[in-house]
Amino acid sequence: MTFLKMTSSKWEFICAAVLIGGLAAAFVPGQALGQATSIPSSHLINPEDLVKIVQAAKGEKPLLLQVGSYVLYAQAHIPGSEYVGSVASEAGMQQLHRHVDSLPKNKFIVLYCGCCPWSHCPNVKPADDALHAMGFTHVKVLYIANNFGADWVEKGYPVAKGQ
Amino acid sequence: MASRRRILIGAGLLCMAVGVYVALQSRGRMARGPAAKQHSVAPDFSLPQLNGQSLQLSAYRGQVVLLDFWATWCTPCREEIPHLVELQNKYSDQGLAIIGVSMDDSPDPVREFYQQFKMNYPVVMGNADIGERYGGVLGLPIAFVIDRDGRIYAKHIGATEASVLEQDVRAVLAPQ
Repeated sequence: MTFLKMTSSKWEFICAAVLIGGLAAAFVPGQALGQATSIPSSHLINPEDLVKIVQAAKGEKPLLLQVGSYVLYAQAHIPGSEYVGSVASEAGMQQLHRHVDSLPKNKFIVLYCGCCPWSHCPNVKPADDALHAMGFTHVKVLYIANNFGADWVEKGYPVAKGQ
Repeated sequence: MASRRRILIGAGLLCMAVGVYVALQSRGRMARGPAAKQHSVAPDFSLPQLNGQSLQLSAYRGQVVLLDFWATWCTPCREEIPHLVELQNKYSDQGLAIIGVSMDDSPDPVREFYQQFKMNYPVVMGNADIGERYGGVLGLPIAFVIDRDGRIYAKHIGATEASVLEQDVRAVLAPQ
């Protein structure tokens, strides 16, 4: 009976707690760790669309930057792409700046990683944020749902190995 | 007032349901194994450990090996480490040997991580060659369960529930 006799302010407090808890449960799993899920969809490009652009006879070719691990890059990467390194580290972020410092701000750049499932990638979001903060206006992030092996190599898309 | 309360509770419960669904879906996508190449002999390797000494996989013949490809910057890998430490503690007497293969670019962050997480099993520094010999390690984590004869019993790509790994380990530890 005591439970039923609670004041309306207590009820509102409980309701608010349930709502906040629910919101946290809904959004924390995908975003707190890798943040890639918070990249706007307008910044993304799908593998099949990138392949079309790369293989097209005409049109502007993007500068492809791999912002993941070197060990993964050495096993397989998109032909012509440049290794930057994990921008989750300070050293990697500096490398990214060095790669693009001298480029015009309207340069078409595609960032990719594929180290981990999309929701856990620690690299693409910081890289995307950094390029936009530097004023680059034509940046896309390759959407790799699971990993580079499953979503690029096993799909039969072009691959290069080594340095 | 009552209807406002109902709406708030309803919204909260709905968000919780969505959260649980998202978490389960995400976990399900990541756990894909056991996969192909089961029962083939695990490629032997000799790689440097964090202390500089080399570790040879074939030296573990007769033991069950859980070979974990991981990296310090890989969030699901990091989440798995405490469970692996627990597994090592629980089953080392029965012949389990966990070996971590770090795919980090440098050993420095691995050493730091090793201390911080009180890892109780050896970690070697991986490279592209071992990645390719194990079918391409193009996403992390990837875990191989290797039986006492050195054959691959299971391969798990992506974050895997600790209970699934434990089940595999128990299955290959049993027939001694």
